[in-house]
Amino acid sequence: MSLSEIPALAPVAGPKSRPLRKKGSGGRLTAILLLLPPALILFSLFVILPLTESGYYAFFDWNGYGQPENFVGLRNFEQVVGHGVFHTALGNTAKIVIASLLIQMPLALFLALLIYRKTPTNSLFRLIFFVPYILAEVAAGLIWSFVFDGNYGVTASLAQSMGIENFFILADRDWAFVAVLTVVIWKYFGFHMMIYIAALQGVPEDMIEAAQIEGANKVQIVRYVQIPQIKPAIIVSAFFAIIGSLQVFDVIIPLTNGGPSNQTHTIVTYLYTFGLTRMKIGFGSAIGVLLFIAAVGVAIFYQRIFMKGAKA
Amino acid sequence: MSRAHFWRNFARVSFLCLVASFVLAPMLATALGGFKSNAELRMNAFALPESWNTAFYASIITDPGFWRYLGNSMLISVATVILTLLVGAAAAYVFAQIKFFGSKMLFSYLLLGLMFPFATAILPLFIKVRDIGLLDTYWAVILPQTAFGLSLAILLFRTFFEQLPKELFEAAYLDGCSYVRFFWRFTLPLSTPILATVGVFVFVQSWNNFLLPLVVLNSRDAFTWPLGLMQFRGEFVTEWNRTLAFVTLTILPAIAFFFAAQKYIVAGLTGGAVKG
Repeated sequence: MSLSEIPALAPVAGPKSRPLRKKGSGGRLTAILLLLPPALILFSLFVILPLTESGYYAFFDWNGYGQPENFVGLRNFEQVVGHGVFHTALGNTAKIVIASLLIQMPLALFLALLIYRKTPTNSLFRLIFFVPYILAEVAAGLIWSFVFDGNYGVTASLAQSMGIENFFILADRDWAFVAVLTVVIWKYFGFHMMIYIAALQGVPEDMIEAAQIEGANKVQIVRYVQIPQIKPAIIVSAFFAIIGSLQVFDVIIPLTNGGPSNQTHTIVTYLYTFGLTRMKIGFGSAIGVLLFIAAVGVAIFYQRIFMKGAKA
Repeated sequence: MSRAHFWRNFARVSFLCLVASFVLAPMLATALGGFKSNAELRMNAFALPESWNTAFYASIITDPGFWRYLGNSMLISVATVILTLLVGAAAAYVFAQIKFFGSKMLFSYLLLGLMFPFATAILPLFIKVRDIGLLDTYWAVILPQTAFGLSLAILLFRTFFEQLPKELFEAAYLDGCSYVRFFWRFTLPLSTPILATVGVFVFVQSWNNFLLPLVVLNSRDAFTWPLGLMQFRGEFVTEWNRTLAFVTLTILPAIAFFFAAQKYIVAGLTGGAVKG
């Protein structure tokens, strides 16, 4: 519905004989007291309260039953930070961040530059590249665990056609995480591409023409006109890439479930596996607090450095 | 010049086709796999099945559990959408229309949800949901999901509401229309584009959600389809074809939905999404 259809709704305005209200009434207070509390209550109860409780539970050794009584100070944090699997999880999460920034984003930008113009072929490619993003992570993870299955999957066919022995990449300590990174890029590059396409379509065509007239070639136009023009979009997409990388979870569970021998955990699968499934609520909360600090740190850093002028 | 142009375009389209096959091949192999016997699966993942064996697909479609999972997901997603739209729009309307002491602070407070991952609060959330007695109920997923979706919804709604013409409100106001009435009669009906965008976005998020249902739903009767799928995979671990049929039957509607609602999905995601 567009704004031009507003007159159609006019009859609701009612009879003119109704007395005018004094300025400043109109049920302001009623509106505030009626419309605002549902959001405030829901948000406080299910977002802010659990978050603060996380900070509280992190100082207790607690299995989740009864009240947390066994105060242990910073011991949970010490245990997390001293845990080898946590180091792996942290390193893996860092690998996802790096792969997102250095492989996924350039690929997305390159593709966006190839297909940002509105033609039927380009639209088709755009839709195809975006499909993995709307699939559920669990479905994506399962699809790729089939692809990587050394007995049945696509890798099995490849191995056979190349005449080499079956290989089980998801069971390989050194290579399993490469498989995870492949899936992450497959799943999310289309999202970043869409951000760039939206931005590239906003770059004024006459700026590009002007550069052409001055003798700039394609590469120069990209480098000196288009990329500077879409810088805000790149900054936003990098922000999403980092924050998203911090919370990769769903893909890992069907793909490797953190294995082999805990080599493919991320921070969130680590939290889930070592905190929740073993009901070590204090320990898990400490991981949650560390994740929170990382996420808020990134957000504040970003706000300070990049987002002063740009709309987030 | 035009020959160079042709070759450049040829290279461009070839590269795009290469990426497209990287994107589509796994999904294609999955859909085909649901028609194949184990022996055929071993041979070539991409080859067409020698005989299209529909038994695996049929066994999923006739499984009441499958429909139960889908039904649960549908119910939870629809409820989350309705609740997010109503509660979010109501709050955003107040922030857009009424200036009052502390409104800026409350607005920033509600936006805090944009800053951190859902997982940071998942353990206390589990404890809370359990203590309220909601474990294994639809509400255990709907309420936290709604709460976490509110920040983005309120941000998008407020921006949209502020762009609605002020004259409309002044006219209605002079006729004695109250704020609450105006919200129902004018703001909501005039905001269908943004309601649709946010609604579709929230729906997709809810439909695909895994971590929260995994933590707060224990019994199979309450499972959403991603949980059902994982459970199923665990049971039929040696039978890829069944699992592939299951996956295909859940991703096909998702893809169909995407093509039908792509305008809103893309708008919602590029308007500020949360994963990457």
